[in-house]
Amino acid sequence: MHQPLTLRLMAQLGPALTRVMVVLLLMLALALPLSHVYVAPDSAWYVSAYTLTLLGKIVCFAVLALALDLVWGYTGLLSLGHGLFFALGGYAIGMYLMRGIGREGNYQSALPDFMVFLDWHTLPWFWWGSDSLAWVLLLVVAVPGLLALVFGFLAFRSRIKGVYFSIITQALTYAAMLLFFRNETGFGGNNGFTDFKRIAGYAIAAPETRAVLFVLSVLLLAGSLAGSLWLVNSRFGRILTAVRDAENRLMFCGYDPVRFKLAIWVLSAMLAGLAGALYVPQVGIINPGEMSPANSIEVAIWVALGGRGTLLGPILGAFVVNGAKSWFTVAFPEYWLFFLGFLFIAATLLLPRGLMGLVRRGEDKTS
Amino acid sequence: MSIPHLPPEIETLTPSWAGETSGLAHLVSTGLDTSHGQILYLQDVCVSFDGFRALNHLSLEIGVGELRCVIGPNGAGKTTMMDVITGKTRPDSGDVFFGETIDLTRHREAQIARMGIGRKFQKPTVFEAMSVADNLALALSGDKGVWASLRYRLSGVQHDRIDELLQITRLAEFSHRLAGLLSHGQKQWLEIGMLLAQDPKLLLLDEPVAGMTDAETEKTAELLCSLKGRHSLMVVEHDMAFVGSIAERVTVLAEGAVLAEGSLAQVQADERVIEVYLGR
Repeated sequence: MHQPLTLRLMAQLGPALTRVMVVLLLMLALALPLSHVYVAPDSAWYVSAYTLTLLGKIVCFAVLALALDLVWGYTGLLSLGHGLFFALGGYAIGMYLMRGIGREGNYQSALPDFMVFLDWHTLPWFWWGSDSLAWVLLLVVAVPGLLALVFGFLAFRSRIKGVYFSIITQALTYAAMLLFFRNETGFGGNNGFTDFKRIAGYAIAAPETRAVLFVLSVLLLAGSLAGSLWLVNSRFGRILTAVRDAENRLMFCGYDPVRFKLAIWVLSAMLAGLAGALYVPQVGIINPGEMSPANSIEVAIWVALGGRGTLLGPILGAFVVNGAKSWFTVAFPEYWLFFLGFLFIAATLLLPRGLMGLVRRGEDKTS
Repeated sequence: MSIPHLPPEIETLTPSWAGETSGLAHLVSTGLDTSHGQILYLQDVCVSFDGFRALNHLSLEIGVGELRCVIGPNGAGKTTMMDVITGKTRPDSGDVFFGETIDLTRHREAQIARMGIGRKFQKPTVFEAMSVADNLALALSGDKGVWASLRYRLSGVQHDRIDELLQITRLAEFSHRLAGLLSHGQKQWLEIGMLLAQDPKLLLLDEPVAGMTDAETEKTAELLCSLKGRHSLMVVEHDMAFVGSIAERVTVLAEGAVLAEGSLAQVQADERVIEVYLGR
């Protein structure tokens, strides 16, 4: 019921108008970083590092929301552990960024500071290749992808569904968080990774670097949205909604639901990993807190508020909730969680199909 | 290579290489060998759930092109039998063969469906968020893997097949309507249409006319009668009038085993059947 919405919306607006909107959004996405680099800081048109980083962060969250929408909105698998895949992508790029600090750390060692602190003398084996950007970019998709493959295979083959699946994903991210909190795990314990200096040879705090990272995030969002649109409108996408709505029927039609669930689950985890990999260099820190179950639940709230199974909705949800959060946590820091809870209850009661449901309300009456 | 002494409907079900593989036929799981005229064999099948014997040494055979009705009181094991045939439930003991060579207890649901057994559930189950035509398109036989689904395009022949199925199921004027908006009886028909789209050799129908109006029931009876010969059918139904209108042979199940078999008049006259239905 949700599936062709985005396309129909475009059809309603007319192709010309859609094109104008896309171009405007892309121009805005380019204008912000350009202004950050080239406009004088005292000008009214200057975009501060804070603003650009905040927006870049939200764009990464939007990709994460999109990834969750593919598995939850379309396939009916509510993951309450997607923050794990996001964090793993972040940790993978974080290893590279830690190596990039070189001897400029507090201990002037070639090893990252936390390893010197633990009295380690060599890099653990899993840090192999972490000085190569190409290698860690591979890890960014491969680690979440492989974890999702193994976990998904076991869960889907055992036909774990519904709330049980959600609880297990929650337990998975919680277990990973506990693991990463340990110093001995080799990822900096509760401090995680921070104090990055450079990426690909460029100073990480330079305006140009920030601008490039922002543009890359926007490109990732645009690319994954386009890819997801194509995917959900293919026969593959139909089969995903069939898994969601009548898995038994699908199975007795001759399709093996395990394979389809596994395919979208792994793809979604890899997309979350990519989002995390662009998030970490922009915010400058990754620690096990990113794996806390509360974070993953928040992602589900973005998707629910925006509208499940609409692709655009979850992106909108990520912007609305995180925009509100950045304002709220400054204006009324102690009330943010109450507001978030209220938002979720209100969305569930008043907007069961999310913000996108408002757009569709007119359509339903006519059809 | 053709096998001249077989009746035509059997020959079409026999793969062209069937004669060559002789002793190795049991290793080949794709071809259906019905050379003895039976499409389904159940032999001494037992299934227990927590000590309850749902099927108790059940033995049953369905012939090629036959329309068999299965009746029986609640808890007789009708649905469990369908679960066993379609791979949803593994029997504790006994043999379940599709044709001469395919051991159904060794395959999973999706494989069994691809081999040519279609199943309609008791509660009509269709993809409610999709249009009627899309429901049929998804069910069409063909490559059902992940990669194929990414590059899938309906061919002209398949479009024609969908149109034909829309005619058969009387849903042509609703082809663009979401399946979730259909009436109960129309959903039942759509589900039957989806089974036919799979080109099944054997159709299992669990209460196909439940919740239908009399007119719809009558049309369903016509539809099922038109299918026999080309497909083998097993219909589980409570509605005796409906059974009477379609059945040639009726099997009565009780307490997980076959109680009686024969024409409807024969089984209705059977003392044990009357006893089971009316209670002691």
